Amino acid sequence: MSILEYNGSAIIAMIGKHCVAIASDKRLGIQAQTISTDFRKVFEVNSGLFLGLPGLATDVSTVERTLQYRLNLLQLRESRLLTPRSFMYMVSSLLYERRFGPYFVEPVIAGLDQESYQPFIATMDLIGCPMEKNDFVVSGTCSEQMYGMCESLWKPNLEPLELFEIISQALLNSVDRDALSGWGGIVHVVEKDRVTTKHLRARMD
Amino acid sequence: MDFGTGAALPVSKPPLARQFNPYTSNGGTILALSGEDFSLVASDTRLSERFRIHTRDQPKTYKLTDNVVLGCCGFHGDVLTLNKLLAARIKMYKHQHDHEISCSSLAQMLSTILYSRRFFPFYTYNILIGLDEQGKGCVYSFDPVGSYERETYRAGGTGASMLQPLLDNQIGFKHQNIPEQDRPELTADRAIALVRDVFIGAAERDINTGDGLHMQLVTKDGIKTLDRFPLRKD
Repeated sequence: MSILEYNGSAIIAMIGKHCVAIASDKRLGIQAQTISTDFRKVFEVNSGLFLGLPGLATDVSTVERTLQYRLNLLQLRESRLLTPRSFMYMVSSLLYERRFGPYFVEPVIAGLDQESYQPFIATMDLIGCPMEKNDFVVSGTCSEQMYGMCESLWKPNLEPLELFEIISQALLNSVDRDALSGWGGIVHVVEKDRVTTKHLRARMD
Repeated sequence: MDFGTGAALPVSKPPLARQFNPYTSNGGTILALSGEDFSLVASDTRLSERFRIHTRDQPKTYKLTDNVVLGCCGFHGDVLTLNKLLAARIKMYKHQHDHEISCSSLAQMLSTILYSRRFFPFYTYNILIGLDEQGKGCVYSFDPVGSYERETYRAGGTGASMLQPLLDNQIGFKHQNIPEQDRPELTADRAIALVRDVFIGAAERDINTGDGLHMQLVTKDGIKTLDRFPLRKD
């Protein structure tokens, strides 16, 4: 078993029409034993900019705290907000610093650019090789299931409500076929002027 | 007395290990679903091994009787051997009992054959489809050592994990909150359209699935092979 699958997780990000959504499950486990059912793995690092961290839970916390610290310091120094793409490179370089003893997380980044309001999603591997997409990205222990769901359900130019429905269906049906993730979900939909957060009830087994 | 110095004991080398691996994965995805008066089995037509494609034209559905079809993938050598064995056992059954074997009996027979190889299993994923005694469509799914159950839909093979959650959603109505009596009945046309959609998705993401989609439909009129539907070839 890979150390990336030790705690179990599932995260999806999707692009819609002038909006993005990011969804994750809530489980924290030690292999097959569930420890918590409201573990946070998606973080709003800036308003409208989200970071999802599936993988080893201890590294989820470390990477989140380190990135938030570096981001705050940089934004204070520059007196401006970082674009989602710049933030992606920040995450990427943090991970590559540990090239030969990596953090065991495969991050997902989702956000709206604060100036152009262009939707942005990206993912990377555990040593920070980034991949920008213009449809959807998935990461976590049930990535195969999530790819199957997203590949069939996603279509271009989804309105925020449709996007919420599709990302929720993709997440819920995927985690039900994975023993390591699930136990409830959380979805953030980012639009130009607001962020909507909803909690999903799911099978608790 | 001469104790001598004695020659140094020879340092024994570890034995040179030569290993023969009797299994390989030849990929492929199978999918079966059933409705009120039909059942359907589909497979992709790619036969591959790791990053190499052996052929783009090897459907993985096998006609066993006039109204039973087996979807079978995994290690192609075992697929062929298992089918040869099944064909012989079906013929023996016919001569012994003076009638064609039923779908449920064939499922039990397949389970016994698979379990007979419990400690050197056939590396095959099997899904059997046909019609039951009442003429309803039926699907039996198996694990490689013969554990089986009757279901209404099931995916198997390398792309199974991509297809199964979508079938749960679209055919099982999971997470849809529609009362049982309001759910539309699955028609053959909708089943075929859905199978095409999910296979397009699997071919997109699974390197061992693609090239073409082969479908066989079982109704009271017998087995009908549908036109080949093209999938990604890369």
